[in-house]
Amino acid sequence: MKRVARRSVLPGFRLTLGFTLFYLCLIVLLPLLTLPARTATMGWSAMWATIGDPRVVASYKLSVGAALAAAAINALFGLVVAWVLARYQFPGKRVVDAFIDLPFALPTAVAGITLTTLYAPNGWLGAPLERMGIKVAFTPLGITIALVFIGLPFVVRTLQPVIEDLDVEIEEAATSLGATRGQVLTRIILPYLYPAWLTGFALAFARAVGEYGSVVFISGNMPMRTEISPLLIITKLEQYDYAGATAIAVVMLLISFSLLLTVNALQGWSSRKLAQ
Amino acid sequence: MAHVQTGRTRDPKKGLTEPTAIRWLLTATALGFLFLFLAVPLIAVFTEAFRLGWQGYLSAVTEPDAMAALRLTLTAAIIAVPANLIFGVAAAWAIGKFQFRGKQLLITLIDLPFAVSPVISGMVFVLLFGRQGYLGPWLTDHDIRIVFAVPGIVLATIFVSFPFVAREIIPVMEATGSQEEEAARVLGAGGFQTFLRVTLPNIKWGLLYGVILCNARAMGEFGAVSVVSGHIRGLTNTLPLHVEILYNEYQFQAAFAVASLLAFLALVTLVLKTVVEYRTKQVNVDVGN
Repeated sequence: MKRVARRSVLPGFRLTLGFTLFYLCLIVLLPLLTLPARTATMGWSAMWATIGDPRVVASYKLSVGAALAAAAINALFGLVVAWVLARYQFPGKRVVDAFIDLPFALPTAVAGITLTTLYAPNGWLGAPLERMGIKVAFTPLGITIALVFIGLPFVVRTLQPVIEDLDVEIEEAATSLGATRGQVLTRIILPYLYPAWLTGFALAFARAVGEYGSVVFISGNMPMRTEISPLLIITKLEQYDYAGATAIAVVMLLISFSLLLTVNALQGWSSRKLAQ
Repeated sequence: MAHVQTGRTRDPKKGLTEPTAIRWLLTATALGFLFLFLAVPLIAVFTEAFRLGWQGYLSAVTEPDAMAALRLTLTAAIIAVPANLIFGVAAAWAIGKFQFRGKQLLITLIDLPFAVSPVISGMVFVLLFGRQGYLGPWLTDHDIRIVFAVPGIVLATIFVSFPFVAREIIPVMEATGSQEEEAARVLGAGGFQTFLRVTLPNIKWGLLYGVILCNARAMGEFGAVSVVSGHIRGLTNTLPLHVEILYNEYQFQAAFAVASLLAFLALVTLVLKTVVEYRTKQVNVDVGN
C-alpha cells in the first residue's frame, strides 16, 4: 500500500490539499489562535486571578461534576440499550434504533426549553417528583438530566457496532466448554467491550462539559450554585471582559483536548484489541 | 457517526443468550429509559406547541419576527452547507487518494470544531472581529460589521458544522482506494470527468449523509450563534435564538410553536438519515456478495 515515492496519475492533489489547508486555517485555526494570543498578552497573575475566582471555580466544579454524572448514567443505560438493539428482536426495533440519534438532530435550545417545561415544579415529570420532595429544574440534578439527553447517543453508537461484530463462535466455544452465561458475559464479552465503552463515556463527557443550549434554560443560572462555565464565558463577553472570558475558555479547552487525546489513545487500544 | 452495520440476525440459541426473564428485563429497561429521555420530550414539544390550538400556532409561526428568523436560519444554512460540502470533497480527495506527511494530524485538525464548546466557537469570532477584537478597529474604520450582524452568524455556523461532510466521506474515499480512478485516467478520462463518473457514484451516500448532518447542525446551532448574534429581533435572530427570546418573554406557546418547526426538521433529518443508512447497507451487501 505504500505509494509514497510513486507519483500518482490522479490530478488535483495540490489544488485540493491547498484548498483544504486554506479553508481549515481561515475558518478554524486562525479564529482558534486568538485564544492563546489573548492569553499570552494577559500575564499569569491576571489569568490566575480569573481562574481562581470562587465563582469560576464553582462553575468548573459544576460543569465537570454534572458532565461526569451524566456520562456515567449514559454509560450504564447506553450499554443496556446497545446490547438490546444489537442482540434482541422486538417489534418497532428499527424505529427505536433511528430515534437514538434524536439528541444529535434536535437543536439544543428546543431540548432546553422542553426539558425545563417537563421538569418544572408544575410539569409532567416535575410535579410528581416535586411531591416526592425531589426538585429537578433549576438544580444541578436538572443540569445532569439535560446532559444525559444530549450525551445519550454517544455510548450507544460507539458500543452497538462492536457488540454486533462480536464473534458468536467464541461464546459458543466457551459455552460448550461448560461456561455459564454469566461467566461468558463477565470474562469474555465485557472485557472485549471496555475500550469502546470508555470511548463512548469520554465522548459523552466531552460533549457535556462544553454544552450550553440545552442546559442554560433548566439550570436557573444562580452564581455559585447552578451557573455553568460556558454561561460564565458569555457573561464576561457581555461585560467586554475579553481577557476573563479567554481565561475561562482556555481551561475548558485544555479539559476537552486532554479528553480528545484520551479518546484517540483508547481507540488505538480498541483497534489493537480487536486485531488480536 | 457513520458505522456500517453487518445485518446479521442470529437465532437466540440456548446458552448463547440470556434467560428469557433477563431479556425481558433488559429490553424493558432500555425502552423505558429511551421513552423517558427521548419520546416524552418529543411529545411535549408538539403538545405545548398546540396548547392554544391551530390559530395560536399559525399566528406564532407566521409572525414577522419568526419569518425573519426562519429566513436568516435558511440563509446561514444555504451558505454554510455548500461551503463545507466543497471543503469536505476537497479534503477527502486529498486525504483519500494521496499519501503525504502529516495526514493524521490534518484529520485530527478537521475534527477540532467538535472538541470546542459551542460558546467558545462563537467567542473566537468576537475576539477576532468584535469591537475590542484584533480586527475590530480596522472594521470600524471601514464601517464593516461582522459580529452582531449576519456575517458573524454565517461564520459561526460554518465553524460548528465544519467537520460533518469531510468526516463522512474521508473514510469512504480511503476505503475505495484509487484504482478505479487510475484506470479511468489511463483510459483517457479527464480529471473532472473521472471524479464525476467514477468517484461521485462511490461516495454519494456518504456525501448525502454528511450533508444531512451538516444541515441539521447548521440550522439548529444555538450556543455559537448566540454569542455572535447580539439578538436583534428581525435582524440577527435565527430560529433557535427566536425560541429563546420568546421563552424568556414567557410566551411559552409561541416559543414551542417555533420550536416545533425545529423539532420537525429533526424528525425529517432522522428519517433521511435512516434511509441513507439503509441504502449504504444495501450497497455494502451487494458488494459483499
